[in-house]
Amino acid sequence: MNAQELSWLALWGATALYAIAMVASSMHLARVADAKVARKRERELVAAGAVPADPTAGVSMNGQPATASAGLVVRSKARGIARATTLMGAVLQGVGVVARGIEAGHVPWSTMYEYTITGTWVAVVVLLIVQTRRDVAYLAPGVTGFATIGLGLAMTVLYAQSTGLQPALQSFWLVIHVSIAIISTGIFTVGATATVLQLMRDYRDSGTAWLQRFRWLEATPSPARLEALAFRLHAVGFVLWTFTVMAGAVWAEHAWGRYWGWDPKEVWSFVIWVIYAAYLHARTTQGWAGRRSAVVALIGFVALIMNFTVVNLVFQGLHTYSGT
Amino acid sequence: MARVKLDNYAYADVPRLGLRGWLRWIWRQVTSMRVALILLLLLALAAIPGSVLPQWPQDASDTAAFLAENPTWGPLLDRLGFLDVFGSAWFTAIYLLLFASLIGCILPRIAVYWRELRAEVPAAPTRLDRYAPVTEDSPLNPADAVAAVRTEIAGRGPAPWRWLTGHRVRVDERTTRDGVAQIAVSAHRGHVRELGNLIFHVSLVGILLAVAAGSLLTYRGQALIVEGDSFTNAVVAYDTYEAGSLFSEDDLDPWILTLDELDAQFDETGRPTMFTAYATLTEPGQEPRAVEAQVNRPIQVEGAKIYLQGNGYAPSFTVTDSSGNVAFQGAVPFIPQDDVYTSTGVIKVPDVTEGEQLGFSGTLLPSALGEGADAISVFPSPENPVIYLQMYTGDLGLDSGIPQNVYTLDESQLSPVRDEDGELAVIELVPGETAALPDGLGTITWDSLDRFAGFDLRRDPSLPWLLAFAITTLLGLGLSLFAPRRRVWLTAVAADAGAGPVTVVTAAVWSPPHDAGAALTRERALAAATGRPRPSSTSPEDDE
Repeated sequence: MNAQELSWLALWGATALYAIAMVASSMHLARVADAKVARKRERELVAAGAVPADPTAGVSMNGQPATASAGLVVRSKARGIARATTLMGAVLQGVGVVARGIEAGHVPWSTMYEYTITGTWVAVVVLLIVQTRRDVAYLAPGVTGFATIGLGLAMTVLYAQSTGLQPALQSFWLVIHVSIAIISTGIFTVGATATVLQLMRDYRDSGTAWLQRFRWLEATPSPARLEALAFRLHAVGFVLWTFTVMAGAVWAEHAWGRYWGWDPKEVWSFVIWVIYAAYLHARTTQGWAGRRSAVVALIGFVALIMNFTVVNLVFQGLHTYSGT
Repeated sequence: MARVKLDNYAYADVPRLGLRGWLRWIWRQVTSMRVALILLLLLALAAIPGSVLPQWPQDASDTAAFLAENPTWGPLLDRLGFLDVFGSAWFTAIYLLLFASLIGCILPRIAVYWRELRAEVPAAPTRLDRYAPVTEDSPLNPADAVAAVRTEIAGRGPAPWRWLTGHRVRVDERTTRDGVAQIAVSAHRGHVRELGNLIFHVSLVGILLAVAAGSLLTYRGQALIVEGDSFTNAVVAYDTYEAGSLFSEDDLDPWILTLDELDAQFDETGRPTMFTAYATLTEPGQEPRAVEAQVNRPIQVEGAKIYLQGNGYAPSFTVTDSSGNVAFQGAVPFIPQDDVYTSTGVIKVPDVTEGEQLGFSGTLLPSALGEGADAISVFPSPENPVIYLQMYTGDLGLDSGIPQNVYTLDESQLSPVRDEDGELAVIELVPGETAALPDGLGTITWDSLDRFAGFDLRRDPSLPWLLAFAITTLLGLGLSLFAPRRRVWLTAVAADAGAGPVTVVTAAVWSPPHDAGAALTRERALAAATGRPRPSSTSPEDDE
């Protein structure tokens, strides 16, 4: 078996495992929601005076009133399956990505196919890292689902034979600029997942009718906590994106003789940066914090996806080699 | 005075705003966060047409074609600036307003920050109940407990490091409303975050200024050099040349660049793998030195960089006229039209001994496959080079005084040469071959096949500044997002005399909701006050 076959098999294996992980983590989320609803009822009984409540239980580490879910850890079989398949999928995908790099003889992010397999891998790894620090079961279905679809599309639509690097890409800035872009895309992806959940939970809590059907949303933390998590992810993503744009400018100065030329890719990188900057400002602006700033962050994510899809495939520019 | 309706029945006379009042109101609006936010979103929105529509500065020929294809919409879009978005009045207006807003916001904040740094942090609140305080007994007496807390959270190491990593601490000895004497510690950490914020925004202004200065002080030119030829750095030598208004042509250093060889390598499928220009650079007053340019490695000369931006073939020809005199000899760059280097170029022969001037337009196929009009090139390297020439006679129009494109023939006063059958005469040449021109007009010889390199030359003295501001922008951004903003308060009250604890300490902390590590600071303060070992520095497990 050569590197190409190994990469191919490992990536398909990872896709299948992520699909299983997505289903299992969704089931787990439903269990957690059930448990939380049950516990909420119990608390309401406590509050009604049936049992004297422990005075310290209502306060979390941060000194804020804890949500009804504090300290609740549900261990279901689905959770174990989801965690195991995600981890195995990430290992397999790592093998696939590295094998592709060995086969191609350069870092595996010079075409859309390579960018996608590496980018989805980073998103899953970010999820795994966050998972070691806190229980983020509610993020798992979104991220593994995104990885399944992204990998599936990469394997079926975007696949391109590996080739040598063309002269414009023969630079160590390919390693720096594109790898940081991929990492920040992965982090923005997890952040956007948290933001979507934040909005859904928020609107469900305030009585939006069609969201009442999604009982699994009970398994997510309060909108404020989701917002806090999303902000931290977006902050890291934004710093890395700033670095991506700057490193891109330095590379452009080396390769094309100008640091900024409003090439379509540069325009969109700028647009993404400005939108996420607006998000960071919106968070601290009266009347914009919360829902509106969340919407701005999601617009930023849409622009990020646009930059990767439409800009690569439709617009003519200097970055066209990233196409298939 | 103006009358303002207060409710349905009441009116009030209020002073008119007046010009100054309106200006102040406008300034307050411009510098408000809400307006900055809207301007940011507008800026993002306004940039998008620049990627969708063809743009003059990026691709003039595409834009001209777009105008030709859209006779109705094209000119309207052009007039409204949509075909040069980033130079348009509205785009400029948005970002200038944004920077006005930024400066108007940041200047007062710098002043506030300066005053805050010089003042003591506010005292601890009299009641900590709102902040979920934690109370413990300590064996230390109040003064020692507070001193221990102070060393713990004020930071360790040299003063600048302490300033960056520690809290700003204030200690008050006071009496509560209940008449109890207590020592209150108030520690704030957030000055680094705000510093990062200010550095970030000031650096953005710096980037804008550097870009503006760069556009005034820069020059950029393009030159095509055939192997064996030299280029002297002067405005006349450039094919295209543009400079900022503060750059004087006299400032061009008269160095000489000689292209020795252009090495182009392709893989078996014809994709380029490496372009290298080997050249000799002679700077004034210095020995000539060998230099190399690759796509990602420009040549550095005094204050400028030379980028390898293109390459192609430059066949050399000798043309003799009907009298047998050499009328033209030299290399002619043929511009590649596709990935396999099917190239087109023209030969202009104005100096014939007698008769009309001669012109040739030719197509070069580096690896020709097929015959005559059906021939195509199949590979970019010269495996089987063939040139097809179409010949013209007449007036080349070189004496009209209007600058001419050297890569096209002005056919207005030229007529194509036809053979006996009235078909257009096509001369087919391979390297080294000589062909007789129709009608006894002379001969043409393809002497050799050289390559040319397309160089971009650029000087931009703002680049180091730009890089410096970019680095401080990133640094400031990192600090403003990741440096914590926390307030820790601790009160120490002497316990009742007798056995048991000496002091009762109460600690509380405040931080924004996204800061999960704040509780650890409170634990550290408590540990110091009670003489316990420090808690481990790992982030506490979220209770979610």
